Amino acid sequence: MSENINLVDSSRASSELGDNNYRRLDYLDQLESESIHIFREVAGQFERPALLFSGGKDSIVLVHLALKAFRPGKFPFPLVHIDTGHNFQEALDFRDQFAQAIGEKLIVRNVADTIREKNLTEQKGKFASRNALQTFTLLDTIEEFKFDACIGGARRDEEKARAKERIFSVRDEFGQWDPKLQRPELWNTYNGKIDKGENVRVFPISNWTELDIWNYIRRNKIELPSIYFSHDREVLEYQGQLVATSEFIQLEEGDKVAIKKVRYRTVGDMTCTAAVESNASTIDDIIKEIIATKTSERGETRIDDRVSEAAMEDRKKGGYF
Amino acid sequence: MDILRFITAGSVDDGKSTLIGRLLYDSKSIMIDQLEAIEKQSKNREDGEIDLALLTDGLRAEREQGITIDVAYKYFSTPTRKFIIADAPGHTQYTRNMVTGASNSDLIIILVDARNGVSEQTRRHSIIASLLNIPHVVVAINKMDLVNNSQDVYNNIVIDYSAVAASLGLKDITYIPISAINGDNIVEKSASFPWYEGESLLHILENVAVANDINYTDARFPVQYVIRPQTDDLHDYRGYAGKVISGIYKKGDTICVQPSGLQSVISAIEIGGQQVEEAFAPQSVVIHLQDDIDISRGDVIVKTDNLPTIENELDVLLCWMGNKPLKAGNKYLLQINSRVVKAVVKEIEYKLDVNSLLQEPSPDQAQLNDIVKVKIKTASPIPYDSYKKLRVNGGAILIDETSNVTVGACMIQ
Ligand SMILES: Nc1nc2c(ncn2[C@@H]2O[C@H](COP(=O)(O)OP(=O)(O)OP(=O)(O)O)[C@@H](O)[C@H]2O)c(=O)[nH]1
Ligand SMILES: [Mg+2]
Repeated sequence: MSENINLVDSSRASSELGDNNYRRLDYLDQLESESIHIFREVAGQFERPALLFSGGKDSIVLVHLALKAFRPGKFPFPLVHIDTGHNFQEALDFRDQFAQAIGEKLIVRNVADTIREKNLTEQKGKFASRNALQTFTLLDTIEEFKFDACIGGARRDEEKARAKERIFSVRDEFGQWDPKLQRPELWNTYNGKIDKGENVRVFPISNWTELDIWNYIRRNKIELPSIYFSHDREVLEYQGQLVATSEFIQLEEGDKVAIKKVRYRTVGDMTCTAAVESNASTIDDIIKEIIATKTSERGETRIDDRVSEAAMEDRKKGGYF
Repeated sequence: MDILRFITAGSVDDGKSTLIGRLLYDSKSIMIDQLEAIEKQSKNREDGEIDLALLTDGLRAEREQGITIDVAYKYFSTPTRKFIIADAPGHTQYTRNMVTGASNSDLIIILVDARNGVSEQTRRHSIIASLLNIPHVVVAINKMDLVNNSQDVYNNIVIDYSAVAASLGLKDITYIPISAINGDNIVEKSASFPWYEGESLLHILENVAVANDINYTDARFPVQYVIRPQTDDLHDYRGYAGKVISGIYKKGDTICVQPSGLQSVISAIEIGGQQVEEAFAPQSVVIHLQDDIDISRGDVIVKTDNLPTIENELDVLLCWMGNKPLKAGNKYLLQINSRVVKAVVKEIEYKLDVNSLLQEPSPDQAQLNDIVKVKIKTASPIPYDSYKKLRVNGGAILIDETSNVTVGACMIQ
């Protein structure tokens, strides 16, 4: 027995490391290398991938990793943005300028068009959100371009359902995630085999935390939209959260509106992303605040997750990222 | 700062998820809103204690049943290390999910319930740790609070487990008594075990030496993608993109492409667009060669003085993960790093009995979660190393071509 199963090889002496000591990768380098490897697996395994790019910090880091993976070649995929129509103008401007600066193709599809064409019903209420309708446009776009892989910037530390998802996450033709039927995913060997109509969601920065992202942004001097830094903004104070006033939210009598110094920790729709009161105007300041904070990224800034305990899991099952 | 990837394993309800919850809680890695959320859910419980397992049991079905179904990944760091934790399910039914989490781990924490001692599932997960060649093992004897923190109970389990470990050839094992629920010996050393001479679990995790686990000797570079811009100014640019999975490559090294055997010399190495003199594991790089030779995705660039094995007949220890049984004669795709070939399972030599660790020769078939020794023939020779020697170039997966599902984890001998 022991002959066959005795697998552990301890023959390498520990002194061997000696002069290899300088060949130890720092944690950010390790994460970067893992992500680049995933990007190249997508390029090698799929015919029509796409990178979902919103102009938020995670997707900006994603594009920087793609630059490292494929330059001086072009990306083997376009950047795709599903625009809800409720986005921050600063993020949209950044999105367009950045895509142009790196010379990559950007495809934008609008949720407003899907709503009109398919007669979808918009949410009502104070913070009427298009978050759910976004999935329709995403699935239509996947069909329009026959995308077989969509690369996204979701991180496992964001939310408890995300913490469960594979790096290559297979979705059926309705984009649905079945958490009880995930493929085994061994080592760094990714199985991207799918049938026609199915697609794979790929998450190259699965193993990065919010703080890793900020440290990487600092180290690589990555530029971000201005809303990530402290600025004056008119906000509505609502159940302990600060929501920017805009044409998309309905103010009522008695609403507390004030101008405050804020920054954004995440950038989603204006209707469901809250700002953080802050004077942090540099990356260093932001990192200090993130280290000190007692609230999670989504907990502090997302209004949409509060609906129910399993909000994210349910949205993923329905085809959401 | 470096990274330690570890997994928690062991039987159902041995306290894996609770342990991770504790580790995160006591190292102050849980945010207020996350804590409030699990406090709210724990209200339904009779004892009114907060259930720390809810931190990792992120699926509705898991929370409803109070069990873990699939791996959850959690993250925290201390000033010296970033930790990537995989919380595995204990149920036999979900063993393949445990294997998924274990395959990337540097260290495995095997929990044993102090009241029950070494169980079948303890053995199963230990076998998997051994098969996957996880370099470091911590055996955490949990729920010590339920056995009056008894040193005798602890010692007996250590003796029992040592026998299992010896028969499996597990090395670098550390034993520790804990109470996950009370936080004893998790972050701080606890006064509950005055007889215990070792350190706290976190201390062990922070100090285990992972640097030696990287192989700098056997250079292996699987090509993932060929970068060819074909623009006017980069007309002749041809770079081989991939990750150095082991070893070191330097400019001027004579290399050999496997399986073709074609030779050339490294003319340049790039990392993120910057030219460098050398690249080492686990860096993602672009390699340039002096000659225009035929290289495509799945080929492996190695050095002429250190070749992998090139064979189309493989002896394989296999964790079967398919819902349909494996039978001799079945055909699959075999994927090793970026190379995919057709393969047939010629013979099932034996099945491992998880309890006795004995081999049952020539079984008719292998069922979900069985561990078997098989002979596999591939349609063309593949370059590989024995898993035991070089984990990164000796592991392969089997894919069912009709369902596209990953059905087997191969440790090539
Ligand atoms: N008394 C006591 N109870 C514990 C301890 N650790 C865990 N438990 C309890 O044991 C039960 C199971 O704990 P879990 O953490 O969910 O077990 P698990 O190993 O993750 O279970 P699976 O993931 O389903 O295999 C829960 O009721 C815990 O509260 C401990 O140290 N002492
Ligand atoms: Mg559990």
